[in-house]
Amino acid sequence: MGAPRQSADRSASVVIIGAGHAGLAMSHCLSERSIDHVLLERGEVANSWRRERWDSLRLLTPNWLTRLPGFGYQGSDPDGFMRVPELVDFIDTYAGRIQAPVETGTTVQSVSPASAGYRLETDRGVWSAKAVVIASGAFGLPNVPAAARALPPDIRQFTPGDYRRPEQLPDAGVLVVGASATGLQLAEEIHRSGRPVTLAVGEHVRMPRVYRGLDIQYWLKSTGLLDETWRQVDDIVRARRVPSPQLVGTPERRSLDLNALTDQGITLVGRFAGVRGRKLQFSGGLKNHCRMADLKQARLLDTVDAHAEAAGLTLGIGASERFPGTRVPTAPKLDLDLGSGEIGSVLWATGFRPDYRWLDVPVFDRRGRLRHEGGVVAAPGLYALGHTFLRRRKSSFIHGAEDDARDLASHLACYLAGSRMPLAEAV
Amino acid sequence: MNMHTDTAKPVDNGVNVEALLGAREALTEAPEAAQFRWQATSKWMRGTHTRSACEGFFGLGEAQQHRTAFTFDTDHPEVFASEDNGATPVEMVLVGLAGCLTAGIATVAQNREIQLNSVTAVIEGSMDLAGILGIDGDVRNGFDDVQVVFEVDADATPEEIEALVAQSQKRSAVYDIITNPTNVTVQVK
Repeated sequence: MGAPRQSADRSASVVIIGAGHAGLAMSHCLSERSIDHVLLERGEVANSWRRERWDSLRLLTPNWLTRLPGFGYQGSDPDGFMRVPELVDFIDTYAGRIQAPVETGTTVQSVSPASAGYRLETDRGVWSAKAVVIASGAFGLPNVPAAARALPPDIRQFTPGDYRRPEQLPDAGVLVVGASATGLQLAEEIHRSGRPVTLAVGEHVRMPRVYRGLDIQYWLKSTGLLDETWRQVDDIVRARRVPSPQLVGTPERRSLDLNALTDQGITLVGRFAGVRGRKLQFSGGLKNHCRMADLKQARLLDTVDAHAEAAGLTLGIGASERFPGTRVPTAPKLDLDLGSGEIGSVLWATGFRPDYRWLDVPVFDRRGRLRHEGGVVAAPGLYALGHTFLRRRKSSFIHGAEDDARDLASHLACYLAGSRMPLAEAV
Repeated sequence: MNMHTDTAKPVDNGVNVEALLGAREALTEAPEAAQFRWQATSKWMRGTHTRSACEGFFGLGEAQQHRTAFTFDTDHPEVFASEDNGATPVEMVLVGLAGCLTAGIATVAQNREIQLNSVTAVIEGSMDLAGILGIDGDVRNGFDDVQVVFEVDADATPEEIEALVAQSQKRSAVYDIITNPTNVTVQVK
């Protein structure tokens, strides 16, 4: 890295914002097409993975599935799950392998329309580009409920972006809000640290780690569910909001569900409803949320069984099985008194949304969401990558970047060549 | 001061406070008799039209009956392409709140020896249909706000009337049901 350049504006046909797995996958696809481009990265390659993840985190996908265009897992444990440092190394190695033109330490401060495309202001000078690919991640801002502001100041609040390990938390009970993969994993490790955990459970997706002897991700891939596109699902807005399945990647390949947490002594309560006076309130609908997740899990396993049968895969794999229903307390607690000292902190595992505060292009709906068709954003030459169900159910996974990047690179190449297509044009 | 303390005519809001106070004393002694279970039965008619009835309930340690079976039709209005055979279920919730708060006002007024001349209320619940129609997952299904406006004509000061209305909320079952979460179990037989 040289001294900051403030002098002449620089330009490229395409600027990719962010050098994480998605931006690098796009860089590979553009290089294949000999399209000149640059990646502007606020920190280092794989920056969020280096700085915004908790210590014990492992990927939810097995190593054999963790791949980027032209590059797969090389190690000796294909069924294992990478820890964060291994993943950072994987992405870093990839960046070197594809010779990605990354400008590190360059924070994009604004993107606005310009005569021949876009003008990007950064803390290291101005760039202009005909096209821009937003690959800055889907998890920029935590979705913390507004009611969090009503919590008394002596209750410490964390999100998975700033939580690292249980020792950060006060030596008291912890309320974990959210029952996706993150909520369950963190509830378990915090409870094991001796801080009694109450887990607020809303809508969730239950899945065994291993089914019929094979990783559930194998089944999701093999049934075609991971490749289902945004056009094929009935309600894409809803599909994009489905919480991440209750999974954990461990060497034992164990399942993680609410029953496992109940067995460890974690208290389940309903969805976080709000704060009233000194009390946190929870919905009385816990039974229904758990029942729905049990029914959906059974339907998924029915799909897997039918697929295994039809594809002739049943030989040499385990027997079909169904799992016990989620055990719910007869009368789940409906409130928690913050004055009792029982709870010292709240961890909001309530999801994230992308941070677009720097994007000065009128491409947002009235809810502040990016208007796009499968990543082709509602402004000429603007693309997005790496979001939940952007083009396919697998879009937000590491291995999901490849197909999306290829599709969008193809659309982008046509755009640069001067062809104008509707957003919804199939690519 | 109470305006009515000098008048000879006894306060009569039609509430038997003595009986209620007696019940309170008796139920303090026999807490199991205070365990009530209210019940409604329902039957789908057609479309969004359902007919529900309240007849039996349990309390004071045994099965009880209303004087007669009360039936209620719920449906959706014509703007929802329904037949409008009754109030919507959410309006029934407003009816319940109105009935509960007003009964509370009458009872508290009787106990405080305040003569009521008229009590009327307008109860409104606002709702964004984007919730129940599944348009927006961030919008809740139920009311986002409930407003109750009482007009009370009573032989009492405005402050006394305010206090009546406040106390009726403090002791209202329906107010509690709406403002606080409740565990709900729905099964299929």
